[in-house]
Amino acid sequence: MAKIIIDNKEYESDESKNLLEACLSLGLDLPYFCWHPELDSIGACRQCAVIKYKDEDDTKGKLVMACLEPVTDKVRISLEVDEAKQFRADNIEALMINHPHDCPVCDEGGECHLQDMTVMSGHNYRRYRFKKRTHTNQYLGPFINHEMNRCIQCYRCVRFYKDYAGGKDLDVFGAHDDIYFGRHEPGTLENEFSGNLVEICPTGVFTDKTLKKHYTRKWDLTNAPSVCHNCGLGCNIIASERYGGIRRILSRYNGDVNGYFLCDRGRFGYEYVNSKKRIQFPFKKQNNSLVQIEKKQAIQEIRKVAEGKKLIGIGSPKASLESNFLLRQWVGAKNFYAGIPETEGKLIQKVIEIVKSGKVNVPSLNEVKSYDAVFILGEDVTNTAPMLALNLRQAVRNTPKEQAAGLNIPVWNDAAVREVVQGNTGPFYIAAAQATKLDEVATQTYRAHPDDVARLGQAVAHAINPELPETDCSKEAGKLAESIAGALLDAKKPLIVAGTSLYSRAIIEAAANIAFALKEKEKDAGLFYVAPEVNSVGLFLISDKFLDQAFENVNQNDDAVLIVLENDLYRRTDKNSVDNFLQDYNDIIVLAYLENATTQHATYVLPAGTFAEADGTVINNEGRAQRFYQVHVPENDVESSWKWLQEIMPVGTAESTIHFENIVYNLVKTFPDLEGIQSVAPPADYRKGTQKIPREPHRYTGRTAMHTNINVSEPKPPEDTDSALSFTMEGYSGIPTAAITPFYWSPGWNSAQAINKYQIEVGGELHGGNSGVRLFDKKNSNIGYFKNITKTFSPQKGEWYALPLYHIFGSDELSAQSPAVNERLPKPYIALNNSDAWEAGVKEGDLLGIVLQGETLKLPVKLNTGLTKGTIGLPKGLKETVGTRFPFWITFKKIKDE
Amino acid sequence: MFSNLRSLWIVFLHLFRKRETVEYPEEKTELPARWRGRIVLTRDPDYEERCVGCYLCAAACPVDCISLQATEDENGRRYPEFFRINFSRCIFCGYCEEACPTYAIQLIPDFEMAEYDRQNLVYEKEDLLIEGQGKYHGYNFYKEAGVDFGVKKKGEGENENKPVDVRKLMP
Ligand code: SF4
Ligand code: SF4
Ligand code: SF4
Ligand code: SF4
Ligand code: FES
Repeated sequence: MAKIIIDNKEYESDESKNLLEACLSLGLDLPYFCWHPELDSIGACRQCAVIKYKDEDDTKGKLVMACLEPVTDKVRISLEVDEAKQFRADNIEALMINHPHDCPVCDEGGECHLQDMTVMSGHNYRRYRFKKRTHTNQYLGPFINHEMNRCIQCYRCVRFYKDYAGGKDLDVFGAHDDIYFGRHEPGTLENEFSGNLVEICPTGVFTDKTLKKHYTRKWDLTNAPSVCHNCGLGCNIIASERYGGIRRILSRYNGDVNGYFLCDRGRFGYEYVNSKKRIQFPFKKQNNSLVQIEKKQAIQEIRKVAEGKKLIGIGSPKASLESNFLLRQWVGAKNFYAGIPETEGKLIQKVIEIVKSGKVNVPSLNEVKSYDAVFILGEDVTNTAPMLALNLRQAVRNTPKEQAAGLNIPVWNDAAVREVVQGNTGPFYIAAAQATKLDEVATQTYRAHPDDVARLGQAVAHAINPELPETDCSKEAGKLAESIAGALLDAKKPLIVAGTSLYSRAIIEAAANIAFALKEKEKDAGLFYVAPEVNSVGLFLISDKFLDQAFENVNQNDDAVLIVLENDLYRRTDKNSVDNFLQDYNDIIVLAYLENATTQHATYVLPAGTFAEADGTVINNEGRAQRFYQVHVPENDVESSWKWLQEIMPVGTAESTIHFENIVYNLVKTFPDLEGIQSVAPPADYRKGTQKIPREPHRYTGRTAMHTNINVSEPKPPEDTDSALSFTMEGYSGIPTAAITPFYWSPGWNSAQAINKYQIEVGGELHGGNSGVRLFDKKNSNIGYFKNITKTFSPQKGEWYALPLYHIFGSDELSAQSPAVNERLPKPYIALNNSDAWEAGVKEGDLLGIVLQGETLKLPVKLNTGLTKGTIGLPKGLKETVGTRFPFWITFKKIKDE
Repeated sequence: MFSNLRSLWIVFLHLFRKRETVEYPEEKTELPARWRGRIVLTRDPDYEERCVGCYLCAAACPVDCISLQATEDENGRRYPEFFRINFSRCIFCGYCEEACPTYAIQLIPDFEMAEYDRQNLVYEKEDLLIEGQGKYHGYNFYKEAGVDFGVKKKGEGENENKPVDVRKLMP
């Protein structure tokens, strides 16, 4: 710790920081633009000027950029002297010379860092009388809007997009005061993290195009702290509503999970919530079509239908723990099925077993950034767990960055560090079934059938611990295994990444073996498994039966009632099996968000709440339990599934009337493994002082007009009895604990940068700790090495092994139904190995006929996907391939073009 | 004693002064142009709606009686999809007019808005929008702003240079 003197007051600060970070961490308001805690300093904007004094006697000092000066012991600076203040005001004035008169129609307005800094610096009157420079805009795709006039040349966008996220198609063009930030030509921004430009850019150059379509100012939004439901990582989000619709998603800072960022699936995949296909009221099947009925009628009828009958419940990895649990309690443990086929479920169970054992460290998503050697087995992380890919890109730079540290360059000096690092990467190995986007930063890649990926993994484990069984692999693979093992052993913190996406148990086991072996060698090894869906892990902590078992137990006497919870079974497995299964039941109750193939077969459909209308707890891939909160009370009948279940349960059932917190309490009582989920968030009676935490900012407008078209007497605002949050703007106006922080705002800081004030140290932990509880820490069970080694894959003549290929936009059911994401879906295709294609005499784009689930599909050929001989790839989860159970053997026929 | 008599005398004299009160409603008084009465939404010189849906009036309103939703036409030009003022709450403070960056919302010298039914005091955009420019003539926000929303092209505004050609090589 160093002593620093700011405006004649003494403070303590960390010597590894720069002065700007130090000032902000101390809560001082020093304006800045180009610095960002994740991007560090380059000194481009000249806004953070302060006066630094040589010694005690120096009265004049010199002007320096705080973001480029290290904290040193006894350094004396001033933020407040006139020279510093004048320089900052002049700097803003210069930046504003060409700034357009746009605020009223600028989507950044009201949460604009430039507005905040202008006010903070005191520039308020335009003196410049000449003409303004203008720029034309570009079309940047369905996610991002471009308005280049508003740029202040801080370079944050390109530094994030190119340097941090590895994007190739955003750059800076032109010279002197004409520089332009955009693409080489108009077109869709390709990078999966482009949405972060909305928050990174301190001005309105890059704004959220989905928000633009139903624009609302920040102060008018009702917000809830929530968790992204679009993959298994559980990034933290702020979901916002106005007039009954979800308007946008912002990143909610969590130093243990997603940090500052989100992927585009998470940010723009929310619009399905507002879809026309949303089920908003209860429906009943009459004469083969679904007719809307009253809520009361639905409840009464369902109760009568279910009375005294055997109940079968199908849970879902998309539904909260509470909803799944309540269904399980109602139908009975032996009649509750996880709603996932065995092939996938068994893998998730395996992952849980390994993670729970606590044998090696399972890092959090954010901790991934601190590893210095990485080995990925089988997973195409950019498409199955996007934010993991972003963090792995940072891990790659750790080894070369050490070189900079050796040259006495502070880690925060981004420009200098990059000069040293150049394009160098640390040890980063990828063994996968096809080419992946991260290959470009990999030291070496290995492309093979999943079985052989696992075999390479086992060979690496053997190379680390020779007591493990040997794998006889090709000389090439053997050499690669040696060098991977060497690199992992050389590293301080090696990380192994695997997952369930290729449906290979062998891969999961091989990954564990490597991590176990490294641990034995006293390495601080990490093991990171990707889970497929938001609550996959949670679901298998409370159930151990699969969809297949539900299918086997046929409904003999035709007297059972089937209840399907937030799950489209036709996406889970093949159409025939689901058809047969559903045919068996006369009464099928489906709780669903959107019309889908399963709701078509229901006798009753109930409108289930998505993350936007429901409260609940979900558990991510690392075993972190996180709470998400209802954003608003909709004007239709949509509500949390657990509430629906309480309502349709027989009157008098103990579970039917209990409070949300008692459901959680019962959950823990039934499943001691879940101990800890009670403290994921403050209880419903938690108050700050005597007050609830408001979901709406104190400047929320229109309260006495928004409902008056219906009735001039304003309705009483809805009450939230389930949580410590309120649906109004009244309540505590300071900084609440992280788990129930609905938005970021601080006096003078209206933009997302207000987050600085919510952190103990800028870029660090939030006041009161980051939210979420890791359930599996400190658990120790004895889990041994996995000694089974799979046989090597041998290609078959005339038959191909079909593998799923994942797409960030398309493979996930719900986000794909959001209009903006929908524009980015890939066209269906069949991916072939190049030499297979050559042998079969097909070229890129030729149509091949395949039979999937009894239907013939004509798909165009895609080459150069890096698939190995004997395998083909089909896009996972698209309309054409939905329900296909990977992996399987398939043949194809070339279709003669007419 | 003297001051009492003097006061009586002055009051008495007032009997012969010109009357300030008028026989309202038969007779109407002249109101100054800046009188803060009924709120209207005005149009720009090109007869388009002036309101750009910026929500500043709603934010300024101390009783929160303005509610609107911004939308845009095919050129991106912002305008309010709906615009509602609940006059049963409005206190005619004029803050909205002061906040409005486009001269769209204006308070005019008309206060005769009494209704028997409170519901009738809820005015929608159709009730608020007038045909003219109101008190402030000649201003069209979209000609001053930097955006190209189909009103003027980039660089064709009064205070703008032609758009930069990023590919030019001149220093
Ligand atoms: S970027 Fe900020 S200052 Fe510039 S027009 Fe937009 S809101 Fe106004
Ligand atoms: S576009 Fe935004 S982030 Fe990029 S340089 Fe301009 S102001 Fe900075
Ligand atoms: S990585 Fe997953 S959890 Fe995170 S934002 Fe993207 S889809 Fe959501
Ligand atoms: S302040 Fe003016 S331009 Fe903005 S929403 Fe209100 S009336 Fe429209
Ligand atoms: S923040 Fe220091 S120069 Fe930009």
